[in-house]
Amino acid sequence: MISKTQIPEDKVIVARDLTKKFGNFTAVDHLSFEVGKGEIFGFLGANGAGKTTAMRMLCGLSKQTSGEAWVAGYDIARETEKIKRCIGYMSQKFALYEDLKVWENIRLYAGIYGVPEKEIAGRTDDLLKRLGFEAEKQALVKSLPLGWKQKLAFSVAIFHEPKIVFLDEPTGGVDPAVRRQFWELIYQAADRGITVFVTTHYMDEAEYCNRVSIMVDGHIEALDTPNNLKQQLEAKNMDDVFHQLARKAKRTEQ
Amino acid sequence: MVIKYLIEKEFKQFGRNRFLSKLVFIFPFVMLSILPLAANFEVKDLNLAVIDNNHSSYSRRLVQKIAASRYFHLTGVPSSYRQALKNIEQDQSDMILEIPPSFEQDLIREKNARVMISANAVNGMKGGLGSAYLAGILAEYNAEIRQELLPSAVSSSQTGLEVSKLFRFNPLLEYKFMMVPAIMVMLITMICGFLPAFNIVSEKEAGTIEQMNVTPVSKFSLILSKLIPYWVVGFVVLTICFGVAWLFYGLWPKGSILTIYLFASVFVLAFSGLGLIVSNYAKTLQQAMFMVFFIVITFIFMSGLYTPVDNMPQWGQYISDISPLKYFLRVMRLVYLKGSSTADLIKPFLALCTFAVVFNAWAVLSYRKSQ
Amino acid sequence: MKDLSNRAKPTAKGNWIFFMAFVRKEFHHIFRDKMSMLILLVMPILMLILFGYALNTEVKNSKVAVYDPSQDEATRAIVEKLQVNDYFMLQRMLKSPEEVDQVFKSGEVAMVVVFSEHFYESLAHGGNAQIQLIADGTDPNTANTITTYASTIINNYQQELLKTGTIPYQITPEVKLLYNPSMVAAYNFVPGVMGMIILLICAMMTSVSIAREKENGTMEILLVSPMKPLYVILSKAVPYFFLSVVNLITILLISVFVMGVPVAGSLFWLIVLSLLYIFVSLALGLLISSVVNSQMAAMLISAMGLMMPVMILSGMLFPTENMPVALQAISDIIPARWYIIAVKKIMIKGLSVGAILTELAILGSMAIVLVTVSLRNFKTRLE
Repeated sequence: MISKTQIPEDKVIVARDLTKKFGNFTAVDHLSFEVGKGEIFGFLGANGAGKTTAMRMLCGLSKQTSGEAWVAGYDIARETEKIKRCIGYMSQKFALYEDLKVWENIRLYAGIYGVPEKEIAGRTDDLLKRLGFEAEKQALVKSLPLGWKQKLAFSVAIFHEPKIVFLDEPTGGVDPAVRRQFWELIYQAADRGITVFVTTHYMDEAEYCNRVSIMVDGHIEALDTPNNLKQQLEAKNMDDVFHQLARKAKRTEQ
Repeated sequence: MVIKYLIEKEFKQFGRNRFLSKLVFIFPFVMLSILPLAANFEVKDLNLAVIDNNHSSYSRRLVQKIAASRYFHLTGVPSSYRQALKNIEQDQSDMILEIPPSFEQDLIREKNARVMISANAVNGMKGGLGSAYLAGILAEYNAEIRQELLPSAVSSSQTGLEVSKLFRFNPLLEYKFMMVPAIMVMLITMICGFLPAFNIVSEKEAGTIEQMNVTPVSKFSLILSKLIPYWVVGFVVLTICFGVAWLFYGLWPKGSILTIYLFASVFVLAFSGLGLIVSNYAKTLQQAMFMVFFIVITFIFMSGLYTPVDNMPQWGQYISDISPLKYFLRVMRLVYLKGSSTADLIKPFLALCTFAVVFNAWAVLSYRKSQ
Repeated sequence: MKDLSNRAKPTAKGNWIFFMAFVRKEFHHIFRDKMSMLILLVMPILMLILFGYALNTEVKNSKVAVYDPSQDEATRAIVEKLQVNDYFMLQRMLKSPEEVDQVFKSGEVAMVVVFSEHFYESLAHGGNAQIQLIADGTDPNTANTITTYASTIINNYQQELLKTGTIPYQITPEVKLLYNPSMVAAYNFVPGVMGMIILLICAMMTSVSIAREKENGTMEILLVSPMKPLYVILSKAVPYFFLSVVNLITILLISVFVMGVPVAGSLFWLIVLSLLYIFVSLALGLLISSVVNSQMAAMLISAMGLMMPVMILSGMLFPTENMPVALQAISDIIPARWYIIAVKKIMIKGLSVGAILTELAILGSMAIVLVTVSLRNFKTRLE
């Protein structure tokens, strides 16, 4: 068993042969990879490829069937609660409380993650100013348009300045312009040293990442920078890269 | 104090949910004002059909005596038993009294007359008690006749036995005294059983529970944050109930109202915990709803709210032993109507505390932050 | 908004195919959720057994205490008569009047029998012998019943004492208990429990299922399909109709074979009656779902807005005759009330269908009204 001290400081995520089976069905098949501090790491793949399942294991939401992984230096098998203190999370459903106001959502998560109470109000106002949401401070989340909900959810996820933030398909359902704005926020976070682990099925977003891995049928078919992948496969863009790799896929979304 | 933020959130959400907040306060008010008026097993105002085949002064006198009683209404004088039976079939009459054509003769000459009482016994109690009341009136009438016909002989052989009845705590045998505490218990059970459970499962379906599971919030804090708001709601509901009971029925606890609050707080904790256990095992809102609903109904019927636990068969009584409602109800009735002392309350209190600890521990342990 | 009026209207056959497809989809939904199905099929049975046996106004083994300062042959004889009887269970003999108070407060006994002093002497020499029956009035029903029984037993003893087997001028009543001579409690409660279970399950299941579609937003999609809204709604009710029929059959089987409640009349008409009632209950579920927007609301209204009134006002527990007029009026619009009356007529009293024509008519009209109103609600949502 490898102890915390043996994981290098700058490797915030390390996975070795991470596997998840549901009965006879292997959702995630011996995943091995590493993510460095401050990286924007894209986890690509078709629907049903196993991306979300892998992410949930890293977040401590799901127990692995076999294999090992360390997040922020902590073992996912035994130290999930410690991991949770160091990470942020944004799920596919956004998971903000629709019947709470904008500032109430921020306050809740800030408090949960241990931001001192005196600071919360001030930092909330700063955040809203940065996002341009000041007028919406008192609005119920359910009244916000989708793109705004996404930005808000992301901001809430990193409000406590975690080491890593996990994003599960964060930009579904909005047009490319809005998606680009979202990625601006991601860049700002990465600049501050927050590692970003993001799953997506939008191949154009792959271009925004430092490195991407492409999952097919539960295992990693390729892992490299977008440029290297395009060169290797003589592809014009990531879409093309993906199609070449995905032709082997046997699984589609259930 | 992480839990402070969680509780803030729960209260805000509750307040914003118009439907829920209205339901929780209006429902008890409506139920308590209407239901005790309905809940009544009293056997009175029985519809009696009399077939008088004798038409003598004796038979008429008997009929008049019966008509004067508060237990019976004469619904008619059908011409035959067959017709009277039709009345019973259609629920227009509850009982039939048939006086044979030779009644007067039999009574005066043979010194022995018979009459036929037929009672609708689908409701066994109504049939049984109704026949007993009619037989009682008949016996009174019999004694009167005997007195008239044999004054001297009777008085010497009459024994001087006087049987009197006294009803403690509820001298007029008013049903509402029994029902009001029962309805209060039922209300609190429903509200505290349904709502916390539905709350958690709704969050499961919305995905917000997952967001909570990924935070460092402990299982214990999470569950406590779900329990506390409904605990408070339980108190408010209880207070509303006390108010309505006093306003509409003049009922105020004979014993200490603080005792009731104390027991209520343990009971609510226990029963909400039970609801939370169910919600931990349910995968969809629908499942949780059905399960909690059936558990609540079963406990409500099996705990002596409407029919006494003592009347149940032995296995039924065992089931009632694991019902927190039974103990809470007992204490409610005890304190409301009898003003009992501490000694009587220790056993139910311990029972409720045990339930609270067991159920909530189970709820916390069975909650899974990760699958 | 596109002008859809020129769309070809689906043929009757097309409508039927759509309808069956929707029904099949509903069946799949239900069967996939094994846990819910289990609950819906098994719970009613459990409830029927539990309540059919447990709900009981028949008093038995009531705990009794006796305070007897006389301790003579008369008092002993009376106490023995009480003890021997099924209705009573002698808990203990009290030693002082103070104990009377205490034994009531602790809830140990339901009744205390208090004899006067020098009892036998007073009795035999025409003096004033007294027995006081003190009952715990918290439960009026029990109190009334046991004091009545006790009085009867004591009066019988009194008659025996007179040693006059042939009292002159005696009027003897012959009592016949119709339909239920052994006064089995189940005869009275089982029809009520049947009515409640069917109503709750049908109304609850249907309303929650439709509310779920509304919540998910898929309801709009269904209503915009080529099929008439009426058929969309009906397609949701059909599978639950079948589930209810399965429930009905199991309930009847259990009532007859496990609980010994006979079907004294025509089984055929009992089933027809029950089917009609199921239909009304489903329609009630439709109505509820047409006014709520979330599953939780549907459930809470079914549970609290339906269950409570039905339990208390339908006549299943408490006789409606005793209720104030206003409540009787409410009781009259509860479908369960009419069903329970009709079931008692057919099952327990053994009457023919002619006796339940009123109830059938009422249930029939309720069904029509409920379906019409629900449909109108759904239609306005579309517009």
